[in-house]
Formats: sequence, C-alpha cells, structure tokens
Amino acid sequence: MSTQIRPAPVRSSVHVNAAPERAFEVFTSGIGRWWPKSHKIGQADLDRPVIEPQVGGRWYELDVDGSECEIGEVLVWEPPSRLVLIWQLTPEFAYDPNLKTEVEVRFTPDGEGTRVDLEHRDLERMGDKAEAMRETVSGPGGWPALLQLYADEAKI
Amino acid sequence: MANAERVFAALNDPTRRAVLERLRDGPRPVGEIARGLPVTRPAVSQHLKVLKEAGLVDDRSEGTRRIYHIDPKGLGAMRAWLDQFWNSALTAFAAEVERSSKKEDK
Repeated sequence: MSTQIRPAPVRSSVHVNAAPERAFEVFTSGIGRWWPKSHKIGQADLDRPVIEPQVGGRWYELDVDGSECEIGEVLVWEPPSRLVLIWQLTPEFAYDPNLKTEVEVRFTPDGEGTRVDLEHRDLERMGDKAEAMRETVSGPGGWPALLQLYADEAKI
Repeated sequence: MANAERVFAALNDPTRRAVLERLRDGPRPVGEIARGLPVTRPAVSQHLKVLKEAGLVDDRSEGTRRIYHIDPKGLGAMRAWLDQFWNSALTAFAAEVERSSKKEDK
C-alpha cells in the first residue's frame, strides 16, 4: 500500500459572543465549567478536567475523590488564537500513552465575537491502537488497509 | 461510542477482514465473496450480517441474489461518537461563555 488515505478529521465550529481572549480562557482554564460530566475515564465521578496553561502541560481529569486520570497534554499554547491538545483516549475512553491524536482549536475574531473551530485529527491512529489492542499480530489486510477502504468514501 | 465499539468488534476477525477486502474493488454477491475463503457460504453470510450491523457493508437484492458493497458511511460509524461528542461539548462551551459574560456584566 503506497499511499494511505486517511479518515477525515472530525470538525466542529461554534460562534461565541465574546472576544478571543475570553473564549480562549473559558475553553482552557474554564474547561471544568462546560466539559460534559458524562465523559470521564476514572471510576469516581468527574470533578473537572484540567488543562495546564503551557506547552507540555498536562491535560487530565480530576475526580471528586481526588484521583487524577490523564487525557493527554498541551502541544501548542498560543493564546488567544490557537491551542493544540494531544488526545490520548481510545474510542473506549481509556488512556493509552502510545496513542496520540491531535485536537486543534482556533479562535478567530468574528464580528463582535469569536469563531471557534475545532479539529480532531489523526484518527487513523485510534484505529491502529484499537486493532492492536485486540490483536497483537497485525499483518497485511489489517487495520491500515481497511481504513483505506472506509476512507475512500467518494469512490463508492 | 456504541457504534465505534461495534465497528471494532466486527473487525476483530480475520475472516471478516478478508470479506471486506473482497469488496474493495466493487459490489459482489455472497457466492463470489465466499469463493476461495476457507469457510462455508453460510458462515460468510453470517460474517456479512455482522459487518452490516456494524454499518460497514450494505446489500441490495438483484433477483434472488444479494449483492454486498462497502457502506461508505462505515467510516462515519467510527467517527460518530467523536462528532457527536465535540458538537455537544462546543455547544456547552458556547453556553458557558454566554452565561459567564452575562454574569460579568452585572
């Protein structure tokens, strides 16, 4: 397989009625105020996720019992315009230190507010990991080849 | 998430992956898919059923035959939970920006 077609990234956008500075701040230091409580990794109930405000900073989940669970880390920290996080959760919402997918968030002035564009990419790595977990021996015809099948949506 | 799990579970079988490989060049009837595979035709039908339930393949009738093809929405199944997750997360985020801005105005 000489070229690998990648699955399209997941993209989502939203307009907020606030300047980029404020939008960036709510997204990062205020993440505990909007992150869905249902999306958690630990056994205990979720208190809040935490994004440490620097490149290399941890992105983790703080649970009500004080325990912490890694989600990923900060790859790019450019307030108020850009943030790239490394998401290391599998599709089953388990932390995997070897899995690295990127979540890029851009904050662009839009009228009196801000347009927030989110892109979650490198999802084919998630497929690799998920497959690897279930089958230690991978061969031709394995996940990468299959991903190519699915990714080639336009051909059908 | 349930969708993604179903997709991964469906792929966790070498025969099912072989079946999918056979469909990559175009739609095929069951008999043709089964040819050369070391399993019986009913077994292939069973595998196709699992793949169909996972949204990876779809079928149509042609006379008495069932023709299977790769479901282009299969990739969507894998990505569905992330799509849905980020959409709801960003909506909640925008609502929080709104809420906290109002609070500051007061």
